[in-house]
Amino acid sequence: MSADVRAMKTPAEQALSSAFAATRCKLPGKGAIVALRDDAFRRFDASGLPHRRIEEWKYTDLRALMREAKPLAEPVGSKGVVPALSGVEANRIAIVNGRYEPGWSNIDATDPGIVLSELFAFAGEETDYRLGNAPGKDDIAVSLNTAFMTGGVALRIKKGARISKPIQLAHIFSGAAAATYPRCVVVVEKGAQLTLIESFDGPSGAGYQVNSVLELVIGEGAQVDHVKVGSDGDAALRISTLGVTVDAKANYRDFAFTTGGAVVRNQTFVRFVREGTEASISGATLIKGRQHVDNTLVIEHAAGGCTSRERFRSVLDGESHSIFQGKIVVEPHAQKTDAKMASHALLLSDEAEADNKPELEIFADDVQCGHGATAGALDSSLKFYLMSRGIPEKQAEGLLIQAFVGEAIEEVANEGIRESLMQAAINWLNTRG
Amino acid sequence: MSFLEVKNLHVEVEDKKILNGLTLSAEKGQVAAIMGPNGSGKSTLAYVLAGKDNYKVTEGEVLLNGENILEMSPDERAAKGVFLAFQYPVEVPGVATMTFLRTALNAQRKTRGEAEVSTPEFMKLVRDTANHLGISQEMLRRAVNVGFSGGEKKRNEILQMAVLQPNLAVLDETDSGLDIDALKIVADGVNRLRSPERSMVVITHYQRLLNYIVPDVVHVLANGRVVKSGGKELALELEAKGYAQFQGEAA
Repeated sequence: MSADVRAMKTPAEQALSSAFAATRCKLPGKGAIVALRDDAFRRFDASGLPHRRIEEWKYTDLRALMREAKPLAEPVGSKGVVPALSGVEANRIAIVNGRYEPGWSNIDATDPGIVLSELFAFAGEETDYRLGNAPGKDDIAVSLNTAFMTGGVALRIKKGARISKPIQLAHIFSGAAAATYPRCVVVVEKGAQLTLIESFDGPSGAGYQVNSVLELVIGEGAQVDHVKVGSDGDAALRISTLGVTVDAKANYRDFAFTTGGAVVRNQTFVRFVREGTEASISGATLIKGRQHVDNTLVIEHAAGGCTSRERFRSVLDGESHSIFQGKIVVEPHAQKTDAKMASHALLLSDEAEADNKPELEIFADDVQCGHGATAGALDSSLKFYLMSRGIPEKQAEGLLIQAFVGEAIEEVANEGIRESLMQAAINWLNTRG
Repeated sequence: MSFLEVKNLHVEVEDKKILNGLTLSAEKGQVAAIMGPNGSGKSTLAYVLAGKDNYKVTEGEVLLNGENILEMSPDERAAKGVFLAFQYPVEVPGVATMTFLRTALNAQRKTRGEAEVSTPEFMKLVRDTANHLGISQEMLRRAVNVGFSGGEKKRNEILQMAVLQPNLAVLDETDSGLDIDALKIVADGVNRLRSPERSMVVITHYQRLLNYIVPDVVHVLANGRVVKSGGKELALELEAKGYAQFQGEAA
């Protein structure tokens, strides 16, 4: 695309261009990484920030929502910010302002099943998995992350290893408003098992920006539970991309829980490359005020005989806006695919808005696919039933909202995480007043 | 003065007049049956007593123990002792029956300024009653009415009544959709709750239920008002002659 057909660059796009020019040589990584960055930035520069005329970004117009590009965050301590799920017993890997902070982490380095490296150390090694090959790699936000990636970790769970305690990638933002581009790679080898928490926290009042990417590789017969918890500060803008490649006969469960942030987009790209995998990809969003939360999925059934369930629920108060976009692609040879998607929104105020956009692209003829979407207020007949038993109105509403979200949270297999998330939902309800 | 006094009640639903000056009283320790043809206003009366919105009272009053309850919200009425056994109990996904019962009981007690019920006391109360009604522990763990059969839903209503111990129990067509065995279990549950401290209003279309829950008085409702009252023999007369005589009379 030539420059003259593109709209004039926005101040944010201009700032990103100058930032890249100024920091390109100072950013970590050598040789192949520099080439990867340059290539990614060229792609970003050709398209600019995604906007409403780009179908995938229709409801989250970054050109409008991201008025300015903050400078790259400096390394700082994470004092004062407690990551989500701190009550859950876990191995924590702290990623503060986009960089791995070993001093803040408590991962058990003696577990022979876990291999942990700093991101750029990993990228310099000869490994089976090369950075930047996850599904979704051509997305504009991912390109921007690749251009600027500041740090992160690579985690490998060795063949057959069963990691009993969850491992938490605790992304923490601290300090004055700035931008971070953390990048992590997690490879769970054949037959291994891992519960992986990814959390995002930061102070309220600071307009910080996070553009994170997690590349997750799930080996044959592996069992992976990934839980993403977004409890960012109220002025934060966060785009988190998850790119997952799933091998044969794996069991993959994913749950995205979002209560924080001013503008959040969780984008999940999953590709089933071999047969016989079962996957459950779900999430719950509870928002109020003027929060904007977008959950976008692209699920590619590239091999036959895989089952996927996509189930998302959102609760909206105030003038908040939730988006669910779910696309299921069944490739021509992916026969016996079984994919079902459902998205439900509960609107607690007249000013809240929920957009549901399910899409099925089916190129095989022997499949079972379906989707359903609803958006509505609390059922008045249920509310009356509860009140007729003596439960006051606010409490009855709370019970029904809790039940609505609870049905989504039930999808989380780990009991400790499930209970913590349920408590977080109850805490959210209690702030409704 | 009677425990429940409904005086000259006029009620509209979506601009349609359903109750036309209904007057009725019920005493503690008694079971009053309300019979009538479809559309006579039986269920409307039940909903108005429980406080469902969209039911517009244009005239009249409802006194419970001398207190007008029409201005009260449904939960306030429940705390005063009003209980409605629904004709069509709703399914409440995601709320376990035990949690629901306990939340309701404690909410009522809180409104009345009483202490919360202790866990062992509550568990015993629920378990004993559930046993009588043939409600399994597994059903108690499930979400309220979700996946329950028609009969199970009706038994669950009686269980709630037994746990909440109302002063005024209104049973709206509790017999509908029940086979004879289920009907006996439900009637037995209701009879067990007959008490000198409790007034029961049993709404039914058919006389059959009244073989099992024997009323002290029977009121016939037609076109939104009571057109005849009598003893339990009135129910048998209706069974033999039908409602046509009253519908003609009121029109």
